[in-house]
Amino acid sequence: MKVFDLNTDSVRALNQYLHDSPSGNLSVTNPAGRHCIACGIDDAVEVSIDGHVGYYCAGMNKTAQITIGGNAGPGVAENIMSGSVRIKGNASQSAGASGRGGTLVIEGDASARCGISMKGVDIVVAGSVGHLSAFMAQKGRLVVCGDAGDFLGDSIYEACIYVRGKVGELGADCIEKEMTAAHVHGLEDLLVATGVAANADDFRRYGSARKLYNFDIDHADDY
Amino acid sequence: MPMTTERKLSLRPSATFPQHVLDEIHRAADQGIYEIRGFGAKRSLPTFDDLVFLGASMSRYALEGYREKCATDVVMGTRHAKKPIELKIPITIAGMSFGALGANAKEAIGRAATAMGTSTTTGDGGMTEEERQSSKTLVYQVLPSRYGLNPDDIRRADALEIVVGQGAKPGGGGMLLGHKVTERVAGMRDLPVDIDQRSACRHPDWTGPDDLAIKIQELREITDWEIPIYIKIGATRVSYDVALAVKSGADVIVVDGMQGGTAATQDVFIEHVGIPTLPAVRMAVEALQELGMHRKVQLIVSGGIRSGADVAKALALGADAVSIGSAAMVALGCNRSVYLEDYEALGTAPGYCHHCHTGRCPVGITTHDAELEERLQPEQGARRLRNYLTTMVLEIQTLARACGKSHVLNLEPEDLAALTIEAAAMAKVPLAGTDWIPGNNK
Repeated sequence: MKVFDLNTDSVRALNQYLHDSPSGNLSVTNPAGRHCIACGIDDAVEVSIDGHVGYYCAGMNKTAQITIGGNAGPGVAENIMSGSVRIKGNASQSAGASGRGGTLVIEGDASARCGISMKGVDIVVAGSVGHLSAFMAQKGRLVVCGDAGDFLGDSIYEACIYVRGKVGELGADCIEKEMTAAHVHGLEDLLVATGVAANADDFRRYGSARKLYNFDIDHADDY
Repeated sequence: MPMTTERKLSLRPSATFPQHVLDEIHRAADQGIYEIRGFGAKRSLPTFDDLVFLGASMSRYALEGYREKCATDVVMGTRHAKKPIELKIPITIAGMSFGALGANAKEAIGRAATAMGTSTTTGDGGMTEEERQSSKTLVYQVLPSRYGLNPDDIRRADALEIVVGQGAKPGGGGMLLGHKVTERVAGMRDLPVDIDQRSACRHPDWTGPDDLAIKIQELREITDWEIPIYIKIGATRVSYDVALAVKSGADVIVVDGMQGGTAATQDVFIEHVGIPTLPAVRMAVEALQELGMHRKVQLIVSGGIRSGADVAKALALGADAVSIGSAAMVALGCNRSVYLEDYEALGTAPGYCHHCHTGRCPVGITTHDAELEERLQPEQGARRLRNYLTTMVLEIQTLARACGKSHVLNLEPEDLAALTIEAAAMAKVPLAGTDWIPGNNK
C-alpha cells in the first residue's frame, strides 16, 4: 500500500498522484485538518485517511472509495459524482453539497446544510443533522438516524428525506409524506449497503409539497 | 365623443405616474406578482457615451492607420495558472446559459468566438456538447446552483469562472420559467420538467472570502493548477469586492455593471439594484492599483458594452478586456425587424422586446421551440456575430491609433474627457475643457 505522510508530502503531490495514475490502495497519514485532500479523483482506488480533514475533502469524487478516520471540515464530498465517502467522525456544514451520485456515510453527526442542493447522492447520517439540511435538495436521499434541525428540506424538489428522530420546523414546501412499503424496502437496502444499523420501519419520510414549483400568488407567503 | 387633436394636446401626463408606471400598477393589480422579464436595465444611466477621447494633435503623435500596427491581443490568468488564456481581441463573450439560450445560439456564439480568437462562457445549466465542440476557448462557470456541474467538464474547460453575482441582479439567483424547462434542460439541471426554476443566490459550500480562498484551492487542485480561475461579481460595492476577490486568489476578476442583461429576472432587480458600468470600471481599477495587482490580476468589464468605442473607453480606464452578452445576441438577430406577427403575439415589437423569459423568441435565440430555433442557423449566426466583433475591433484600433497607441491596452485615462459632471465624477476623468474631477477636491 502506498503511503502519503502529509507531514512530509504536500497535498498537491498527493492529489497529483491520485489524478495521474493511481493504483491499488492508498493511505494518507497526518492529514492534520489540511484542506482539499483527495479531491477530484477519477479512478476506482481506495483511499484511507488517518485523521481529521479540513475543507472539501473528497470533493467531486468519481468512483473512488474514500474513508476518513476522523472528523471532516465543510463541504466534504461536495459535488460527489459516484463512488463512496465514509466519515468515521462528525462532518461540518454543507456535507455532500450538490452531490450528484455515489454514497456519503457520516458515522457521527453532520452540521448545518447537510445535503444542500443535492442532486442524486445518497447521504446516510448515523447521528443528527443541523439546520437547513437538504435545502433546495433536487434528487437523491438524505437519511438521518438521529434528529434533524430546523428548516429541514426548505425549498426541496424531488429529493427524499428519511428521519428516525425528532424533526424541528420544516422548511418551505417540505411536508411529511406516506412511508410506503417501497420506501421502506429501498431504505432498508440503503442502510444494509452502507452498514448503518437502523430499522427502516422506524423512519418517517419527508419531501416536496410541490406548491412552489410554479409561481402562484396564493403561495406568496412561502416565497 | 371622439377626441380632437386640440383636446389631446391639452392633456397633461403625470411626471410621477407616467404611462409605463400606470401600466405596471395595472399589471401588478391584475397578476399579484412582480414582473419577470429578460434583457437589461431600460432606464437612462450614465454610460461610456458620456466620455470622449482626446485624439492626438500637436502634443500627441497619432499612428498611421494603414501602416502602423495597433495590437489587440490580451492574456488572461497570468497570476497562478500554468496555462493562461491568450486572446486575439479584448472582447469576450459573457456567460449565457443553455436553457436561457437555445443550442443553435450557443453554437453560433462558440463558432464566432473561435473564429475571432476569443473566449465564450457557459452559464447556469452546465456545458453542452455543442458549445464545447464549437468553442476553442471555453470558460466554464461555477454558479451557486451548481446545475450540471461535473469534474469531467471542469477538466475540459479552458478556465473556470466562479459566479458570485451578475450586474442584472447582484444578490439574486437565476430564473428560468417553466416554458423553457424542457426535458433536455431539466435533465441537465436534475430538475422536474416545466417548473419555474429559481437558482440559489449563494453558493452551497462557502459563505465568505476566507471560505472562497479554500474553494479556489480545491478547484485548482482538481485542475492541477493548470487553468485560470475567474471571479465574477455584480457591480455594487466594487472596491471591497475586487479587493476580496484578489485576496481569495482570483486570476481574473469580471465586474458586471447594472446594464448587464439577463434571460429572466424581476424587473425591480434589473432596474433598481447595482451601479452602472462606468463607475464600476474605475473603482475596480483603483482597488487593483491599491493592492499593486493591476495588470497582474486581469480585469474584465461587462454590462451594456455595445461598440468599439465602449470597449476602448473601458480599456482606457484600466480594464484588460470586456465581455458582451446582450450585444452579441443583438448581433445574432435579437430585436431585429422580422417575424413581426410573432413579436405582436408576445405583446411587443422589434426594438422593445425583452421577452427572453417566455421561450417564444421570434428570432430563435432564447427558445427551445424547434420551429423558432430553426430561424437561427449556427453558421449564419456565427457569421453575423463575427462581423460585429470585427467591426468593434476596427473601431477600437481606430480610436487607439488616434490617441497614438500601438496596443489597445496602452489607452489610458489621460486620453479621456467627460461630457457630464456625473461621468466626470464616476470615471474620475476631467470634465471636458477643465481640469475638474468632482470629488477630487481640485
